[in-house]
Amino acid sequence: MLKNLLPNVMWDTIYDATLETLYMTAISVVATFFIGILLGLLLFLTGKGNLWENKVINTVISAFVNIFRSIPFIILIVLLIPFTMAIVHTMIGANAALPALIIGAAPFYARMVEIALREIDKGVIEAAKSMGAKVSTIIFKVLIPESLPALVSGITVTAIALVGYTAMAGVVGAGGLGNLAYLEGFQRSQNDVTFIATIIVLIIVFIIQFIGDFITSKLDKR
Amino acid sequence: MITLSNVSKIYKSKLKNSAQIKAVDNIELQVAQGEIFGIIGYSGAGKSTLIRMLNGLETPSTGTISVADREISKIKGADLRKARQEISMIFQHFNLLWSRTVRENISFPLEIAGVSKIQRQKRVGELIKVVGLEGREDAYPSQLSGGQKQRVGIARALANNPKVLLCDEATSALDPQTTDSILDLLEDINKRLGLTIVLITHEMHVIRKICHRVAVMEGGKVVEMGKVLDVFKRPQAQITKRFVQQVTEPEETKETVEHLLENYPNGKVIQLSFVGVSAEQPLITQLIRNFELDVNILQGKISQTQDGSYGTLFIHLDGPEAEMNKALDYIRAGQVGVEVIENA
Repeated sequence: MLKNLLPNVMWDTIYDATLETLYMTAISVVATFFIGILLGLLLFLTGKGNLWENKVINTVISAFVNIFRSIPFIILIVLLIPFTMAIVHTMIGANAALPALIIGAAPFYARMVEIALREIDKGVIEAAKSMGAKVSTIIFKVLIPESLPALVSGITVTAIALVGYTAMAGVVGAGGLGNLAYLEGFQRSQNDVTFIATIIVLIIVFIIQFIGDFITSKLDKR
Repeated sequence: MITLSNVSKIYKSKLKNSAQIKAVDNIELQVAQGEIFGIIGYSGAGKSTLIRMLNGLETPSTGTISVADREISKIKGADLRKARQEISMIFQHFNLLWSRTVRENISFPLEIAGVSKIQRQKRVGELIKVVGLEGREDAYPSQLSGGQKQRVGIARALANNPKVLLCDEATSALDPQTTDSILDLLEDINKRLGLTIVLITHEMHVIRKICHRVAVMEGGKVVEMGKVLDVFKRPQAQITKRFVQQVTEPEETKETVEHLLENYPNGKVIQLSFVGVSAEQPLITQLIRNFELDVNILQGKISQTQDGSYGTLFIHLDGPEAEMNKALDYIRAGQVGVEVIENA
């Protein structure tokens, strides 16, 4: 039955491609989470009226974030070829996609982190200061816990964007479901392969969204 | 305990050629150990800036501030953080961490001070009893009423056994009943722990209820300062009179008095002001017994302050002119203020 409907689909290839997509997404989400929070914190803390107010650093980070956020991802991959070759020594395979994925997504997430931090009631930060808290205490015990639901929903949105990015990276040789849909599906006119690849991507996105929403609602005690 | 000398805070305006803003203008102030000191003023009077300079959240442009033997206006970094553990603050909007339970919120300043976990648990348990929040330890702030949130704020402020407690409009977001229960708690803490309290407010009711001394601020300056009862007795500045009226005269007084003057063309309408002991004397009885006069009580109110009571009473006297003047002299001889209200 399934064989007749989907004559060209080879399930072990689909399985491998799914694993590659999941691998690329997982590693890049984790890296984006940490780099994004770091950049977002720096953007927030060096901003006007904040703990480390510093116009120069703020402008530099802000410019970096804006530039990398604005470059279309498919062009970013191409631009980063020399950089990727220097650190991964290849342009083929899932690992080769990681630098572009992280550099593309981290600035995007950094802005979301900055917005999440700005949402924190200034009075709470003032209260922590009035108790004699150090900046590191304020970061780890006030800023991050108080913005955590927004940080998690932000990384959910970013993770879903990253699934899309991995598909684009797949087209230029990184493997995964995007690669499969393009090479096996589109180039060889096997529409059933494209269809199955799309369904699996959709399932991955739904699962990410579900997990993200679940954690956010668990964390939010407001 | 707290000494401010020549303290000013000037904000530079961003607009070119516009005047600098003097939020706090040349303030001299001393607060004694164990005192509850109130600063009253309308918004924009500079009281918020002033109280934030006491724990270094704002730095003065000129002058020196010392709190608990430390010169707050000079110290920085680790020294300032250490000093802040002895100068707690509570806030109008409570400023609790929503992500922490009551227990964890109270524990926060102890974590900052580096207190061990076992010690923290013990201390938090004590503090929850002090502020009367037993049974709510594991609630999140969103599950508490305003008054309960402020109790958490107070427990958190007391955690590190501070020497000074700063209250930034601590009751302004609460309803009158909750305000009174929080004020009672503050008074109780002041008496039991001998804690020095500085509070800012725009409600004379707060000053009347718990403060020993008061400073009235307007336009960054202290326009009047003294013992609460003295200020109530003889308010000097126009703004102080307005604040005193907030608690001594019901709002409708002026209208009522005008109405009375129309209704009683004969005799005199008299405003009596009582202060301290005199408020408790049976003056009206004596008037009726000693003089051939009709005495009619029109309106009155008595307020309690920390040093004694203060009140006003409007009465109407009618009878022979000579008898009325004798009666007025008699009242004046006591410690009661008399003002004959003329038809305007």
